[in-house]
Amino acid sequence: MYIHLKGYMKQDRKLSSLEQEIEANLKRAYDDVAKQEVPDRFTQLLEQLRKADKKNAETSDD
Amino acid sequence: MTDPKDEIVQHLSAMRAFAMSLTRNSALADDMVQDALVKAWTKIDSYQPGTNMRAWLFTILRNTYYSHHRKARREVADVDGEMAASLAQKPDHDGRLQMRDFNRAFDQLNDEQREALVLVGAGGFSYEEAAETCGVAVGTIKSRVNRARKQLIEILQMSDDEVMEATDMVTTGIVTKQKHVA
Repeated sequence: MYIHLKGYMKQDRKLSSLEQEIEANLKRAYDDVAKQEVPDRFTQLLEQLRKADKKNAETSDD
Repeated sequence: MTDPKDEIVQHLSAMRAFAMSLTRNSALADDMVQDALVKAWTKIDSYQPGTNMRAWLFTILRNTYYSHHRKARREVADVDGEMAASLAQKPDHDGRLQMRDFNRAFDQLNDEQREALVLVGAGGFSYEEAAETCGVAVGTIKSRVNRARKQLIEILQMSDDEVMEATDMVTTGIVTKQKHVA
């Protein structure tokens, strides 16, 4: 009976540490990418879109 | 008056992270972000200033995924995953192995479970924000997150047991050897 209970407690501890590991790994996987420097192609793309906007505004103003 | 278009740049990193969790492939993820950016730019009028821009961008991103990239994901080889697997050596109980195990388990979840889990568990979205982003009820998001967690636990527990068994076998081997020497 005692051993049985001890087994349960061990199982519970193992489960909760697994849950914590999952949460930590989930965040780590996401943050690994989120903390990377954003490749230039994206900032360049935004600049291009901005330029295209200006061009359109100029032509529609005329 | 501030132009909401100027705010987009602040969300680029998060967009890449979310895209990566959907595609599980960095080249595909970045292509997807690029498509989503162009889309967001051209339909900026549908964004209501003062509301959650990240949620709005993520909605566009996931629509891009489901309409175009989900198919591509199945077609390309999982380069990142293969690389991660080849980097892994032996089953030490260190962070790297756990991360590899986690990634493998995470890959086995379906798209809906993955996105719900990432939004809530890593992206800092509330259940309500995640529900809005995915266009489903709050209860649906909650059950997807719960199911995803449960499934990850099941998969990881299984692989953990395998490691334990392997360790036991090695230990038994050593013990037998020692007995033999004695």
